[in-house]
Amino acid sequence: MTEKLEISAELKARLKAEYDKDWRKELRKSLPVKERMKVPRQKMPEREPEKRNRDFGEVNKGLDLEAAVLEARRCWDCANPGCVSGCPVSIDIPSFIKLIEKRDLVASVRKIKETNSLPAICGRVCPQETQCEIVCNLRKATGVPVAIGNLERFISDFERGEGKVFLPEIPPSTGKKVAVIGAGPAGLTVAGELAKKGHRVTIFEALHIAGGVLVYGIPEFRLPKAILKAEVNYLQKLGVELRMSYVVGKTATLEDLKKDGYDAFFIGTGAGLPNFMRIPGENLVGVYSANEYLTRVNLMRAYEFPVYDTPVVRGKRAAVIGGGNVAMDSVRTAKRLGAELAAIIYRRSRQEMPAREEEVKHAEEEGIEFHLLTTPLRYIGDEQGRVKAMECLRMELGEPDSSGRRKPVPVQGSEFITEVDLVVVAIGQSPNPLMAQTTPELRVGKWGNLEVDWKTMGTSMPGVFAGGDIVRGGATVILAMGDGRLAAGEMDRYLKCGQR
Amino acid sequence: MAKVLRRERLVPNIHLLEVHAPEVARKSRPGQFIIVMSDERGERIPLTIADWDAKRGSVTSIFMLVGTSTQKLSLLQAGDDLPVYVGPLGRPSDIQNFGTVVCAGGCFGIAAIYPIARALKQAGNRVLTLIDVKASYLFYWEDKLKKVSDRLFVSARDSRYDSKEYIPYKLDSLLKAEKKIDRVVAIGCTYLMYRCAEATRPAGVKTMVSLNPIMVDGTGMCGACRVTADGKTKFACVDGPDFDGHTIDWPELFSRRKSYFDDEVKSLCAFERERFP
Repeated sequence: MTEKLEISAELKARLKAEYDKDWRKELRKSLPVKERMKVPRQKMPEREPEKRNRDFGEVNKGLDLEAAVLEARRCWDCANPGCVSGCPVSIDIPSFIKLIEKRDLVASVRKIKETNSLPAICGRVCPQETQCEIVCNLRKATGVPVAIGNLERFISDFERGEGKVFLPEIPPSTGKKVAVIGAGPAGLTVAGELAKKGHRVTIFEALHIAGGVLVYGIPEFRLPKAILKAEVNYLQKLGVELRMSYVVGKTATLEDLKKDGYDAFFIGTGAGLPNFMRIPGENLVGVYSANEYLTRVNLMRAYEFPVYDTPVVRGKRAAVIGGGNVAMDSVRTAKRLGAELAAIIYRRSRQEMPAREEEVKHAEEEGIEFHLLTTPLRYIGDEQGRVKAMECLRMELGEPDSSGRRKPVPVQGSEFITEVDLVVVAIGQSPNPLMAQTTPELRVGKWGNLEVDWKTMGTSMPGVFAGGDIVRGGATVILAMGDGRLAAGEMDRYLKCGQR
Repeated sequence: MAKVLRRERLVPNIHLLEVHAPEVARKSRPGQFIIVMSDERGERIPLTIADWDAKRGSVTSIFMLVGTSTQKLSLLQAGDDLPVYVGPLGRPSDIQNFGTVVCAGGCFGIAAIYPIARALKQAGNRVLTLIDVKASYLFYWEDKLKKVSDRLFVSARDSRYDSKEYIPYKLDSLLKAEKKIDRVVAIGCTYLMYRCAEATRPAGVKTMVSLNPIMVDGTGMCGACRVTADGKTKFACVDGPDFDGHTIDWPELFSRRKSYFDDEVKSLCAFERERFP
């Protein structure tokens, strides 16, 4: 669960001003709270599990207008909204929801975009149940929060469907140049925020499509690429320049970019270093890191091989090691690529699983098997060096460890061997070391993460900021975006005053 | 997008690709590579940088026709755009004055060894270069290599050449004939590099090889290129591509190189069907 964030005085004043507007008062009066509480939470329509687990089409279909208005009605429009305190990018949630209730969808889109340049993405991949929805006052009263995430998705889909993307007014150019390194969620957020303030922003991206983990990691069935593309196009319309296939640290160093006249930098290079368990057989053919497996399928479109040239092993018996969202994405991908058995192997119990509840539910519906309290010991190969089996060990839960979760301990003599022809290791990623290796002035923490001042996201180098998984290790898209938003504010201040 | 300046066939199965990439050219060092994708549906493949010209802003690589990706590259014309051309990637080769260095290159490795031989020569080494091809009509760049080598030995597996000249055998005889060989650098197919490493193992002469596992992103993000060196897993794209050949788990590398053999055939068939319906 995410900590409740502190609401600044400025944000409080902004919320209050909106809350006190006449139309809001009228809307509140139009339906008593008692009536609002009678409206059930509107279900997200989904494609049938037996159909969707065979293709890469999106699973969630999105609310329609009537369902969205009903859902918006459930919100009490409280004087002290809990939801905003759970949002890392400080969206004025009550306002955008009440605008949906008022059926003023255009105004609702604008409201969200005041603080979030990528709502179609957040509406799909944010863990709202542990961010804004967990602190929703309706949840505190009834246990069932307003479906804030589904409404956010609804409103961004409406905007894209209309084809009339709203562009905010951009102030005259400040003449300052900003280099954003990495086009993932953190970098895209920084770029959008700083472009809106009149700075000239260039994003440098190592891969050939912008999006970072949103494009190489999160599968089409959860975040269609067309939606990501539309969000990136929006940034380009704001004046952001994209330099693809550009590896800062290799194609040019940060020092080189400084000489090219960039005034401030944001490093958002992500957790691009896959972790392995260091057990025997991990380098057999058919054993992948989740990063490689998902990159082949999502970025390189191996699911359309041989129309696309990049292949991927299509296992009949697939085991995915881990219990996070990346593991869920991998195992559901394996199922879609024809695995008869697609299983999660996780060393703790269901309760400790870090994946979002919705992802686990979707996986279960699609026929994914869950082998909990189980850990792999080694992989066994055939004479060609391909994985053909794995040896596992059963675990049981012992005392809580430093993370507060009960520590899994091996059950003696419980080893067993099972046949597998595809293994995906999804036990986490570490920060990508490339920037730190080629920029010695950057102070690096214990896990290879860049060290920052959490109040400003400033690194040890003046004018150089960082955020997202390069400082957090392996976190979420929305936390990366929250970092980006915080950093952008500080960078704007730095660019205007020349210091931080 | 990067523009193709020149694509030409050097010998029947080996092509040269010169691309306008001024930023890559500015940073290129011997031993590094680029990743290229021939078209929007292509695969990202690594190619060693064989030469570069910072003034002209160009980077040159040599590739051998093997599968779909290299077929597609071989059809490029000057003026074509490449959707991906990224680099320079990997760590540069270790260039010092070691004394006497043997540079061994086979097939596409003949070009790949060239910038290393040149840099080693400039660093003051005595450079003995060995090149090998499958048949004598496949030689190229001998003149370029001659200029940067103290001696150049050539071998081919056809009747014009003595089989004793095959690089691993030649290495063996050089090790016996020369007073001292301080280092060997070998680039070519996995088999050739493996044989070179085995040839120098008894004498314990440090032998650097430039490994060529399958890669995807080339920046350490995916781990496709993992190799075992000294019992530890390394990523060839960021920890290499150069490794001490005596520390490599060669059987593992051979099997990982063949990961997609059947798919490669399938892909090539699909490509041919598309071109010649």
